[in-house]
Amino acid sequence: MTEVTAHSTNVASATPDTMAWDSRTRRVVMIYLPLACFVLILLFPFYWMAITSFKPNAELLNYKEHNPFWITSPTLAHIKHLLFDTSYPRWLKTTMMVAIGSTFLSLFASTLAAYAIERLRFRGSPYVGLGIYLAYLVPPSILFIPLATVIVQFGLFDSPLALILVYPTFLVPFCTWLLIGYFKSIPYELEECALVDGATRLQILWRITLPLAVPGLISAGIFSFTLSWNEFIYALAFIQSGANKTVPVAILTELVTGDVYQWGALMAGSLLGSLPVALFYSLFVDYYVSSLTGAVKE
Amino acid sequence: MSVTTLPSRGHALRQPGWLARLFDYKPFLIVMCLAPAIGLLLVFLTYPLGLGIWLAFTDTTIGQRGIYIGLENFQYLLKDPLWWNAVFYSIFYTAVATFGKFALGFWLALLLNNHFPLKSLIRAIVLLPWIVPTVLSALAFWWIYDPQFSIISYLLVDVLHLRDSNVDFLGSPWPARFSLIAANIWRGIPFVAISLLAGLQTISPSLYEAAMLDGATSWQRFRYITFPMMMPILAIVMTFSIIFTFTDFQLVYAITRGGPVNSTHLLATLAFQRGIAGGELGEGAAIAVSMIPFLVFATLFSYFGLARRKWQQGEAND
Repeated sequence: MTEVTAHSTNVASATPDTMAWDSRTRRVVMIYLPLACFVLILLFPFYWMAITSFKPNAELLNYKEHNPFWITSPTLAHIKHLLFDTSYPRWLKTTMMVAIGSTFLSLFASTLAAYAIERLRFRGSPYVGLGIYLAYLVPPSILFIPLATVIVQFGLFDSPLALILVYPTFLVPFCTWLLIGYFKSIPYELEECALVDGATRLQILWRITLPLAVPGLISAGIFSFTLSWNEFIYALAFIQSGANKTVPVAILTELVTGDVYQWGALMAGSLLGSLPVALFYSLFVDYYVSSLTGAVKE
Repeated sequence: MSVTTLPSRGHALRQPGWLARLFDYKPFLIVMCLAPAIGLLLVFLTYPLGLGIWLAFTDTTIGQRGIYIGLENFQYLLKDPLWWNAVFYSIFYTAVATFGKFALGFWLALLLNNHFPLKSLIRAIVLLPWIVPTVLSALAFWWIYDPQFSIISYLLVDVLHLRDSNVDFLGSPWPARFSLIAANIWRGIPFVAISLLAGLQTISPSLYEAAMLDGATSWQRFRYITFPMMMPILAIVMTFSIIFTFTDFQLVYAITRGGPVNSTHLLATLAFQRGIAGGELGEGAAIAVSMIPFLVFATLFSYFGLARRKWQQGEAND
């Protein structure tokens, strides 16, 4: 018996050894090298964006005398031009307002909907859930033309309020499904105890379920914020005046002028427009990953 | 202490008001809870969807109510070489980009599924292209594809001496099409990789151990364990990917706006050009509606084509 176990441990320790000989070089070629290529390619456009926004025009358009991968005399001229000669701060403010507004609206709507579907259980609640999920499969590209006429009917054309009201169409389905998943993980017994103690349903939602679902709410919130910050087609179709545009639309429509592109300013605008979501992202990476994978698994 | 608790207890013992009772009445509560979400979706999603289909059968223009003209818009589109061109490019774009995204994304997911230092940092970096606004990274690609100052041309011509002249990325149809597809693949890899990584992590290591004891090679382990186990999640991610690639708008609008000579129009950008920029709402809506059959077909194909394997293996259908 002892011999057998000794033998089996020998085998067990031998396997990692045999795996170890090929690992060294093999690992470098099979894993690290491709991984490095992936990271390099995935990050290069951002590096290029960043380096362009600090390059003076002379360096930007002269590869013969300056190495394009580096800056010899960095300048803040493009960023200064962006902040003081264009309405960039205003676009940032509008985008922020729209993103925050639509995030709160969709969090409110989807929390209540997810609670009703998952906890108040009624006949047909799975179908309501499925219906909301199917709404996620309707792409904005199909909707923007009729939606534009709806927005005009409501007298909301050219108003950021239109975006706040429209963005929940793709945020609510996502958030609802994410939150249904989170509510499922909260033990129902907690709610039963509260019911026995005489709490009303809304008190239970507010005092028990929601505090426990905070990670889910954060995931849904940052996701909604990112998606509405990045949204393009609705913002392009529904906003006409330069002052009310969101950052992605404004950079493309207001900064791209004439035949000579101001690459420095364009890239500076892209960089500044990406920074808020990138910062947000770096603070909540784990929530992003969990919400992304959670939503797919559902 | 007792002073603060007593009044609240007295409050709790009192009969709840009619409002509180109303909100505790389950059917009413369900309606109230579902109202905001369903209301928003009905007004801004279902109604426009129906309206869009109606508009496709009218000759509405901006500022003028249209009348019902039957299938005229669609008959016009069928005779329009630009529409056929957009259909062709939409399908081509979706097929090539989806293939690229999944091949590279799956590879990246397999790489990330190994243990190595700084793993969480690299996983975080990898997701960046997906987080940043597409239009803004598309602008970066536009600059990378610049005819004169493209960094890729610089690398190929001045550093590696592989070519004599700059690459004309966006100036002629086929290079422009492939340049856009490359940008789309770049943007799509992270989503695919991270979703598939989540799937990979759910595969029990004991399956691999059993296979290794049976002497399976690493390719066999991939082919007979990883791949079949990933089918369900692959089906879902691919369905999403196909839908959002086929209806893509931002990349093309930002980089080429459909040019050169309308060769890179996707159905969505063509719909925008005719419907919003050109003011022909009815025709634009018809183009948008013409995407629906392709989408339904692609969804059914990718979902059932991939998910069927799961049933064949006799697994529970969850």
